[in-house]
Parts: sequence; structure tokens; C-alpha cells
Amino acid sequence: MFLAVDLISIFVKSIFVDNMIFAYFLGMCSYLAVSKNVKTAIGLGAAVIFVLGITVPINWLLLNGVLKEGGLTWLSPAFAEVDLSFLAFIMFIATIASMVQLVEMIIEKVSPTLYGSLGIFLPLIAVNCSILGGSLFMQERDYTLSEATVFGLGSGVGWLIAIVAIAAIRMKIRYSDVPKPLRGLGITFIITGLMGIAFMSFLGINL
Amino acid sequence: MSAVETKVKEAKPLLSKKDRALMVDPLSDNNPITIQVLGICSALAVTTQMKPTAVMAISVLAVLVFANLTVSLLRNAIPSRIRIIVQLTVISVLVILVDQILQAFVYDVSKQLSVFVGLIITNCIIMGRLEAFAMGNKPGPSVLDALGNAAGYGWIILAVAFARELFGSGKLFGFQVIPDAVYQMGYVNNGLMLIPAGALFVIAIIIWIQRSINQKFEEA
Repeated sequence: MFLAVDLISIFVKSIFVDNMIFAYFLGMCSYLAVSKNVKTAIGLGAAVIFVLGITVPINWLLLNGVLKEGGLTWLSPAFAEVDLSFLAFIMFIATIASMVQLVEMIIEKVSPTLYGSLGIFLPLIAVNCSILGGSLFMQERDYTLSEATVFGLGSGVGWLIAIVAIAAIRMKIRYSDVPKPLRGLGITFIITGLMGIAFMSFLGINL
Repeated sequence: MSAVETKVKEAKPLLSKKDRALMVDPLSDNNPITIQVLGICSALAVTTQMKPTAVMAISVLAVLVFANLTVSLLRNAIPSRIRIIVQLTVISVLVILVDQILQAFVYDVSKQLSVFVGLIITNCIIMGRLEAFAMGNKPGPSVLDALGNAAGYGWIILAVAFARELFGSGKLFGFQVIPDAVYQMGYVNNGLMLIPAGALFVIAIIIWIQRSINQKFEEA
């Protein structure tokens, strides 16, 4: 029972309080580039949830089963002293790149319609900071496997909310009279800042 | 802001006009952050204080220069289908080195930067320069291009950090610069500068100023 409450708390926290965009600025590049239209924003957001939900638990398994000190003891007791955690970056990014490739191939085979809508975004995701950021936060915060999975999914949902919201606002703001030098990038930054302040009001939530 | 700029602009007179353009363009007209919109993620998150920002700028400079050099040397040997993964491998090896060096020599700053050192791997500036420049150019120009872009990135994040640390906590590099007398007259630090949103406002103002001067506007 306590476990479930814990997991829900991590899920809600990673969506609203520790939102990838508004609290850590992760994934800003694609957030700024692909937020001109709500439909494509939803597509990219869905792909991010999917990839974060897969890569964070896989990287957790790799980290705890291979890289950490004593992680290799299942292979042979002689490895108990081996600490490979300095290799974490290269391991994480290799997992992410190959998972993205794999997911792309599977979706292409299983569901051509989904591939049609997500296809172009998948390669973009391999270099989206929020994906690698999810794995690095997982490592820094010492989550358990179930916590890591929930955290990955929650961060993805938070990212989706952020990009869909900004895309909707940008579609409206096209009709406003923004000062010329601020058009495009400048005003998007200011709106993101204001949304970030709004999201700060979730800080008081304790589950 | 201008102090940082002048430090960066020490272009050697030996360079040809084209080489100089490689170095100087990214400082303003083709700035990686404000014009190309790359590498925003790390640019904003680390800029509450000058010290970690300076460390971050130097780390990105080192990674970008060596990554551009390595990829440029290897460019004819990399099959184009797997180039992304080769580039990522080169970058991650360099970032691991930088991370280990930071942990060994400036441990407190490395703790402060936390995951953002690792996130240099997915910093779009580095991938972008490898794709757009190093894959098609000789090592010499590639290094110049890397220096120019890293400097363009560096001066923007230092400018943001300057504004945020000065107005947010009245300090620069951890030393108090706003005298106590001013505080006694009723001056208060601006807390907005310390929260994430502050970085976005500061960078929007930089973009505003820069585009007003350059007269280069975006549609919509």
C-alpha cells in the first residue's frame, strides 16, 4: 500500500513539480523547434513518453546489473570490487540510440499508421536532452526499478503537457502584435518563463 | 557583458578572411544560442552563478574542439549510415574525460553541475557542428569553427549568469559586489532571477537587444 502511494507521488511530482521543461530546461531544442503546431507537438510528446518509459528502466537494469560496484557479482564473485560507473554516460547514450532505432523498426513493422505519424520524430529523440536527462536523474536519485519506470513515464507526460501547451499558445499568438525583434524565439522564451512561474505553484503539493 | 566579448575577440591577424569569419560569425550574426537555437537546455540550467557557468563554458569548449577535430580526421572513414552513433561515441568519450577531470579537481562545482555535465553529450550545438561542419571540412577549419561556436555559446551563458548572479544574489563569482550600505537603504535582491524562469527572461532580453541591432527578424 505504501509502495503504491510512493509511486503515485513520484508520478505526480515528475509531471508537475519537477517538470522536465519548466524546472530543468531539458529537451528545449525540440521543444522550441517542433512547437509551431499542436498536432505534431502531440506526436512528438507521445514518442517522448514511449522512449522515456522504455529507456529509464533499461538503463536502471544496466546500471545496477553491470556498472555499479558489485553489480557484476551474479557473473562471478571475483567481480565484487569492479566499479564501472564512470562508463555510465556512454552506456546510457548507446542504450538510448539503439532503443530508438529498435522502436522505430518495430513500429514500422507492427503499425504503419503509427509509424506514419511518429516516424519522423523518432530519430530526433535520440538526441533529446530530456531522454538522457531522465536516465541521469534516475542514477543521481537512486530510484528502485519500479520508481524509475514511473519516473520515466511521468517525466514524459510532463514534457507532453509542456509542448502541447506552448504549441497551442504559439498558434494563438500568431495573431498578436509582438515587437518585431521578439517574434519567434524571444516571445516563446518569455511565455515559457511565465508558464514556469505558473508551474511553480505546484511546489507546495505533498502527497 | 562587454568584458567577456573583448576577451573572446582576440582573432589573430594571421588568419585569412574566411577563417576569421568562421571564428567571428558565431559570436553574433550566427550565434548558436540566440540565432541557431541550439544548446538551450544546459545554457539555462547552470547559469544561476558565474563560477559553474564558467566551468560549463570551458567544458563545452574542450569537448566541442576535440570532437570537431576527431570527427573531421575520421570523416572519410565514417560510413554515413552509422555516423550518428559514431559521433555520439566520440562525444561521450570526451564528456567522460571532462567529467572525471572535474570530479578530480573541482569536486564542489562538479556536484553543483550534477547531471548537466553528462548532458553535454546531447547538447545540440556539438551534434549540430559535427553534422554541419566537421563531417565535410578539413581539421584546421573545423577547430576554428568549434572555437567560434564554443565562444559564442560561452559569452551568452556568461552574460546570462552575470545578470542572474548580480541581480539575484548581489554577487559575482561568489564575492559580494553590491555594498551593504545599498542594502541598508532598502535595496532587495531580485528572487525572480534565481528561479528557472529568470533565465528565460534574461535570454529573451538578450535576443531582443541583439535582434534590434542586427535587424534580423523571424516570421510569426
